[in-house]
Amino acid sequence: MSKVLVIAEHDGSALNASVAKTVACASCIDGAEVDIVVLAANAGAIAQEAAQLDGVTRVLTVERAENEHAIAAIYGPQIAALADGYAYVFGPSTTFGKDLMPHVAALLGVNQISDIMSVESAYTFKRPVYAGNAIVEVSAPEDSIVVATVRIASYGAVGAGNSAEISSADIAVDLPTHTRYVELQSAASDRPDLQTAAKVVSGGRALGSADSFNLIYELADKLGAGVGASRAAVDAGYVPNETQVGQTGKIIAPDLYIAIGISGAIQHLTGIKDAGTIVAINKDEEAPIFEVADIGLVADLFKAVPELTEALD
Amino acid sequence: MDKILVGLKRVVDYNVRVRVKNDGTGVETDGVKMSINPFDEIALEEALRMKERGDASEVIVMSIGSSDAQQQLRTGLAMGADRAILVETDNAGGSLNVARAFKAIVDRDGIDLVMLGKQAIDGDNSQTAQMLAAIWGRPQATFASKIELDGDVATVTREVDAGLEVLQIDLPAVVSVDLRMNEPRYVKLPDIMKAKKKPLEQIPFAELGIEAATEIKENVYTPPAERGRGVMVEDVSALIAALKDKGLA
Repeated sequence: MSKVLVIAEHDGSALNASVAKTVACASCIDGAEVDIVVLAANAGAIAQEAAQLDGVTRVLTVERAENEHAIAAIYGPQIAALADGYAYVFGPSTTFGKDLMPHVAALLGVNQISDIMSVESAYTFKRPVYAGNAIVEVSAPEDSIVVATVRIASYGAVGAGNSAEISSADIAVDLPTHTRYVELQSAASDRPDLQTAAKVVSGGRALGSADSFNLIYELADKLGAGVGASRAAVDAGYVPNETQVGQTGKIIAPDLYIAIGISGAIQHLTGIKDAGTIVAINKDEEAPIFEVADIGLVADLFKAVPELTEALD
Repeated sequence: MDKILVGLKRVVDYNVRVRVKNDGTGVETDGVKMSINPFDEIALEEALRMKERGDASEVIVMSIGSSDAQQQLRTGLAMGADRAILVETDNAGGSLNVARAFKAIVDRDGIDLVMLGKQAIDGDNSQTAQMLAAIWGRPQATFASKIELDGDVATVTREVDAGLEVLQIDLPAVVSVDLRMNEPRYVKLPDIMKAKKKPLEQIPFAELGIEAATEIKENVYTPPAERGRGVMVEDVSALIAALKDKGLA
């Protein structure tokens, strides 16, 4: 039996889609017994969702007022205390997990594995390095706990037909007050979440302005797609930072990715390598995006995109 | 605030097209351009601006690695850092040991703020800042795009998946910086000359007296699976037909 503790990412009321993918990775370990821990101010609804995930044995809740926001210095010591008896502690490779898991690993005195893309055996994993230009197989020491983040673009979500036992865990650890949450500034959007959307339409610098980005939004809305962007488009201020796709932004794996006016720098391509079908529309036929695109169209985006939006039913 | 410590990692330059070695032991570095990790350069720029505004009195750059990293530290000195520390090792054995080396210097020199890049573009790990904060028992603000100082309190804006999160942290603390914090300055020739006279201290890793954590072993490097080149279509209606073929439209 290999006990795995998966850390639940949530927004205070609902479970993040990254958790079902992290569970999928954890379930790849031979003989895995997967528990999920929900740290929250009010864990009830989140724990209910977590308990439905297939392959989960138990859901633990840790309810404290301090757990309202995911602060690594607050969550970290609680998870480290809970980790006793587990062979693995996994979190998603989202900004939540990237912030938290190395903190947990350091408290436990072990090195951490970032971005597991495949489980080769109990202690051997593959992960991308150099913006995905190389894959390295790594082995963690077998005599200590394995703390890792899971590259969620590499895994499909597990189903939600389970009803795992939910119990509350009591952890008596002192928590620091040196780190205080102030606020989250978010460009609220009704569009599908970029990291889990089945379809994504992304725009690049060629759009030329925030106004022109409406072409991307209109096409995305017609397709029911999430909206992404290249670093250049974000840096130019056309779209908010959370839309950035690539090595330092979001790594995504939608069924359909449409790149519009994006040249395809290697740092961007690493964010979309696992997409099902990549479509590129760019007026420069030499653009590197065409080297990875399944369907390429050399065209002026200002003509082609409205035409495409119009023609789709 | 008195002292800011900035980490500078020597990495393969971000413009280099990285190739895996035939024997799978790593990536080609022979004759390849090496640079300061771009995120670390942004961290240094921010630290220098704090000092120029009078918010700090000393900026120290530090690297953990081979003696070749002196080159990147000299560049950091030329940008404006006051002194440099090189902790020499051929292999630190993972981010936790790197974090422990930073902690040793933090304790020795009495550091108020550690600024690091949010990740190094070679290993793409994104771990050192978080680990340092954990073992130091001080705040961490990762993926920062803005930092405002008010005495011993910093207000930091972080780039997170949901948008921009604002945290308030007490110093001393660790901040890891994201791309949009600033645009690093260019180094001028006279500054390169001046930098040669600035102190660069070399300490063997073993002399820090760090208890080393077990390394995560790298077994073999392989190139990623190639995505084959697809089809080019002539116009929008051919594009729609191709999408319909795949059941995507």
